[in-house]
Amino acid sequence: MGLMDEAVDNVETEINNLKLNAKEALDQLGAEFSGAVYDSILTTKLGKVVGWAQKNALWPATFGLACCAIEMMAMANSRWDAARFGAEVFRASPRQADLMIVSGRVSQKMAPVLKRIYNQMPEPKWVIAMGACSSCGGIFNNYAIVQGVDRVVPVDVYVPGCPPGPEALLYGVIKLQEKILKEAGSEKARQRVA
Amino acid sequence: MSDTNIIQKIKDRFGDAVLEDHNFRGDQTVTLQKEKIVEVTRFIKDEPSLDMDYLMDLTAVDYMDRKPQRFEVVYHFYSSTLNHRVRLKIPVSEEDCLVDTLDSLYKSANWFEREVWDLYGIKFKGHPNMKRILLYEEFKGHPLRKDYPINKRQPLIGPMN
Repeated sequence: MGLMDEAVDNVETEINNLKLNAKEALDQLGAEFSGAVYDSILTTKLGKVVGWAQKNALWPATFGLACCAIEMMAMANSRWDAARFGAEVFRASPRQADLMIVSGRVSQKMAPVLKRIYNQMPEPKWVIAMGACSSCGGIFNNYAIVQGVDRVVPVDVYVPGCPPGPEALLYGVIKLQEKILKEAGSEKARQRVA
Repeated sequence: MSDTNIIQKIKDRFGDAVLEDHNFRGDQTVTLQKEKIVEVTRFIKDEPSLDMDYLMDLTAVDYMDRKPQRFEVVYHFYSSTLNHRVRLKIPVSEEDCLVDTLDSLYKSANWFEREVWDLYGIKFKGHPNMKRILLYEEFKGHPLRKDYPINKRQPLIGPMN
């Protein structure tokens, strides 16, 4: 048995002891449902709980750049209702946001602005490249448009489409939530906040 | 739209400066010698029967390999009192990309001319602030010229790249 497994076993024993102690204490008090309390205690990793909380409260920064922004607004409306996934609170200040939805083409002159807004967002933060333009430049293969926003900021989820519909963007948000939950508690997630 | 024959009035006054004219259903165009543009503009602005008080647009065209003079600067004028329009064009050669500014006559020419300089590289003599207006200072070249490579990339202005 490896060292890690031994450590896990030890922790589990400790937790079981704690739970049993709690049960005994409740028994002594004569509480009626002490057995039910024992059964209803869950154990998990702190990182997982934090990740779970983060994924269900994504606050996007208002960053509409082109026609994609119309679909992004539609996503927040009652018809598609991003509130069901905890991602409806669009923030006008990057300081209060942890998700940047780059919705539209990024011009060369906008790139430093986008970078600055990204830097102003507190960690942990995520980026969705919405639509063909922000993913790869789209139809604008010319001197004015950045050929993919991943040349400026790191992107977590790319949503294809021109423009992608609100349901597509919502799917992107769900994919991002899966990613956050999968990363939760890992070294990568720790580095994000460090 | 009024029926004023603007072409005729310009021709009567500046017959030798007019290279070409064109009239299609009242859409009147006059092609002029480059040197005469300020003079002719002052005339159509001050002449009471023309009264062109509004420079609607000023742009350029690149006719690379299609015309002997590579560029053409195009002016669109409108009279808000008489409700008529005229288009003036001046051919500009690649070797001599210098046109007199209209800044003293129309304030709107200031930014239009900066835009033409920015995207076509045609300079305007006497312009008070001949700098790029849309692109950034680090940009090399003039992207609306036909020989600007489609895949040419400029360095990003920003911390990365």
